[in-house]
Amino acid sequence: MPSPRYTREIPARYRLAAGRCSGCEKVVYPIRRFCPSCRGEKFEKLTLSRKGTVITSTVVHVPPNDFLMEAPYAMAVVETPEGARLMTQVVDCDPSTVLPGMEVALEFRLIRREGRSGILCYGHKGVPA
Amino acid sequence: MLPTEEVRMAGIAGYGAYIPRKRIRTEEIARQWGKDPGVIERGLLLEEKSVPGFDEDTITISVAAGHGAIDRAGVDPQKIGALYIGSESHPYAVKPSGTVVAEALGIGPEVHIADFEFACKAGTEAMFVALGLVEAGRVQYAMAIGADTSQGAPGDALEFSASAGGAAYVFGVDHVVAEVVETYSYTSDTPDFWRREGEFYPRHGGRFTGEPAYFKHVLTASRAIMEKTGLTAGDFAYAVFHMPNGKFPLTAGKQLGFREEQLETGWVVPTMGNTYSGSSPTGLAAILDIAEPDDLILITSFGSGAGSDSFVLKATRRLPEVQGLAPTVRSMLEGSRQYVTYGEYAKFRGKIIAND
Amino acid sequence: MRDVAIVGAGMTRFGELWDQGLRDMFVEAASGALSDAGADRLDSLYVGCMSGGQFVGQEHLGPLMADHLGMTGVAAVHVESACASGGVALRQAFIEVGSGMSDLVLAAGIEKMNDGADVTNVLATAADQELEVYYGVTFPGLYAMIARAHMQRHGTTEEDLAWVAVKNHRHGAMNEKAQFRREVTPEQVMASSLVSEPLRLLHCSPVTDGAAAVLLCPLDMAREFTDRPVKIVATGLASDSMALADRDDPAFLDAVQKSGQRAFQMADIGPRDVDVAEVHDCFTIAEICCIEALGFVEEGKGGPAARDGITAIGGQIPVNTSGGLKSKGHPVGATGIAQTIEIFRQLRGEAGQRQVENARVGLAQNMGGSGASSVVHIFEGV
Repeated sequence: MPSPRYTREIPARYRLAAGRCSGCEKVVYPIRRFCPSCRGEKFEKLTLSRKGTVITSTVVHVPPNDFLMEAPYAMAVVETPEGARLMTQVVDCDPSTVLPGMEVALEFRLIRREGRSGILCYGHKGVPA
Repeated sequence: MLPTEEVRMAGIAGYGAYIPRKRIRTEEIARQWGKDPGVIERGLLLEEKSVPGFDEDTITISVAAGHGAIDRAGVDPQKIGALYIGSESHPYAVKPSGTVVAEALGIGPEVHIADFEFACKAGTEAMFVALGLVEAGRVQYAMAIGADTSQGAPGDALEFSASAGGAAYVFGVDHVVAEVVETYSYTSDTPDFWRREGEFYPRHGGRFTGEPAYFKHVLTASRAIMEKTGLTAGDFAYAVFHMPNGKFPLTAGKQLGFREEQLETGWVVPTMGNTYSGSSPTGLAAILDIAEPDDLILITSFGSGAGSDSFVLKATRRLPEVQGLAPTVRSMLEGSRQYVTYGEYAKFRGKIIAND
Repeated sequence: MRDVAIVGAGMTRFGELWDQGLRDMFVEAASGALSDAGADRLDSLYVGCMSGGQFVGQEHLGPLMADHLGMTGVAAVHVESACASGGVALRQAFIEVGSGMSDLVLAAGIEKMNDGADVTNVLATAADQELEVYYGVTFPGLYAMIARAHMQRHGTTEEDLAWVAVKNHRHGAMNEKAQFRREVTPEQVMASSLVSEPLRLLHCSPVTDGAAAVLLCPLDMAREFTDRPVKIVATGLASDSMALADRDDPAFLDAVQKSGQRAFQMADIGPRDVDVAEVHDCFTIAEICCIEALGFVEEGKGGPAARDGITAIGGQIPVNTSGGLKSKGHPVGATGIAQTIEIFRQLRGEAGQRQVENARVGLAQNMGGSGASSVVHIFEGV
């Protein structure tokens, strides 16, 4: 991943920086120019809690090349208490136990490596709460 | 001379630790190399060790420990003016670990950052410098972290101990949970253990790492700080020494006159392994998890190359209020664990080479 | 808008076409469509292709394909909407002819997936790179999460999913263009290797090379080219949140519903008026979600439809008589046009063993990504 592209995402990926739409209260993660639900442009900044509930999930058995060493791994859509949803891996447990309704904590982890010599890319992953 | 309650003294305002959930048993490694697990377990006093997941490194361990330290300190991360990470497994050879950790913890950008390396004492080295800046009034709070995903060559004795984990400390002159009463450092050029640039695994001088290296530095520094403070072993509630294996710290402690009850709390190595720069700092965190106000604590690190840093700490009345604000070391050592096979261990540690 | 008709169709066999490159496949399909109609000229052409750039390192496909068709000089442009590229190319051609701007327009779809590219990574470019792919999700992974949500919400079972594959393979076994001309049993599907739980290999469409093309002209010119034109009566295109996490109900494909509603409104008919449909079954769960969103079955009732025979040839609403993406193959950019060709054949009574009796109204639905884009066309035999 080219480093300029990586750098722009740091606040959302490292600190779970999000926004709450002043118009309709929707929590938008990551923050963007227009609220996807009411097109409002005013947001109050907030940081998502480092925890959530699995909405839906899968176990990836055929991974992209960059994730070969990690397969099989669980992926899930996780909803935080603020109502934001994010796609994340759920690790440190038997992947078959990652099912809708599971409570997870979000921990800072290495997400991917750009080959042997490229940058290291971080973000959050779910772990059993 | 011991300070009275009235004196505003710099110390630890918050602490946190992190130990990965994956573990490998000593017997699993022994089996791989055709060694007798019983001999290893009795000889090194090691039952199992933590293993970093494919997605864990010094940076992620530092962030996890750092969250605990900030939560216990109860300070605004924006007020942390310095961040130092000691490790011998910084993920980048060039590019600091500290910048990633700071961004993740909400520290900075008005912050001074450096990565430290001094074999296994890089963590206390970071603590020493962080403390000094706070005492000097240069910054309001400073964070110091010792963390490692330790390397040990396959088949080497180090493979039984080299593990992953770390601890983070916020230093300040307020919110203090443990005052720093005194420090002492002792250093000499002793090539007992090293890793050259670009090499995968460290090498060591075998038995040369014992008497002339570990024991000489640990015992000298510990005796000197006790002399400096006028304290004797009996005055301390707890002591922790760098833990390259189970045996060395117990031997050192006994030679200094400490009883087993003073040593066992911080002696986390039998089930954690040696987290290198994170070793004695994590042992200290385990002590702070249960220490009571006015308890005196001795910590002496050891880093090959070689040197030792000693600190005498005194717990304050605030300590019991913060102990429950983040996970304790014992809860991580004894909580949910995932045992891995040697094959999985080799995969997680990057010992299996795949195509690009 | 003028009435618009399809007057000719051509396509390659779908499969691993080791002897043909991207341009060769296009030329075979496009010249097939032209000769089917007896046409020797074009005003313009649209090439739907998801990722010539990443699959074979080739962009700027419009002029390249016009050149190789011997039509240098015509207006030619590449259209992209991930796996819906073919369907969107048809929509653009339909609008161009309908508007009166051009008379003879070719809509083609092409994809060369077996030339050594990392298919998983290329397909993943149709998902959100920053919010999804970054974290290691794959396309089967996204649809697997849709499947698990559907199971959770509606009680859909792995056996229900398996029956979609069984039914589509049964249909595809009768299609000489299909990549997999063989039937499978529910047991075989449920014993196949796991790709992304709960989806197994036989729930997934294959990696396919192929090209397809149709020739459009104003309905009132159609008799010049064929006795049996098929009229395009409506088009509907819609979008949804790119990231699955941003959808309130991950088990419902909103863009499919909207594109269907728009097309039904334009055609002034409803789902019950459709005699035969091709829907985007890139994974078995996708067919279940699509038939619900299009209104062929009630929401939540798509699961048992294949097992109960509702969507088989001879059932209440035959779906994917061609074998669908599952059995016919899914050269992503070509799929929308290949679906159109199946409906074209059905409405002309040329579908052989797969023929749906008295088929008069047909529908083709083609989508991109995990459902972030969907395009629906409705056709009528003339």
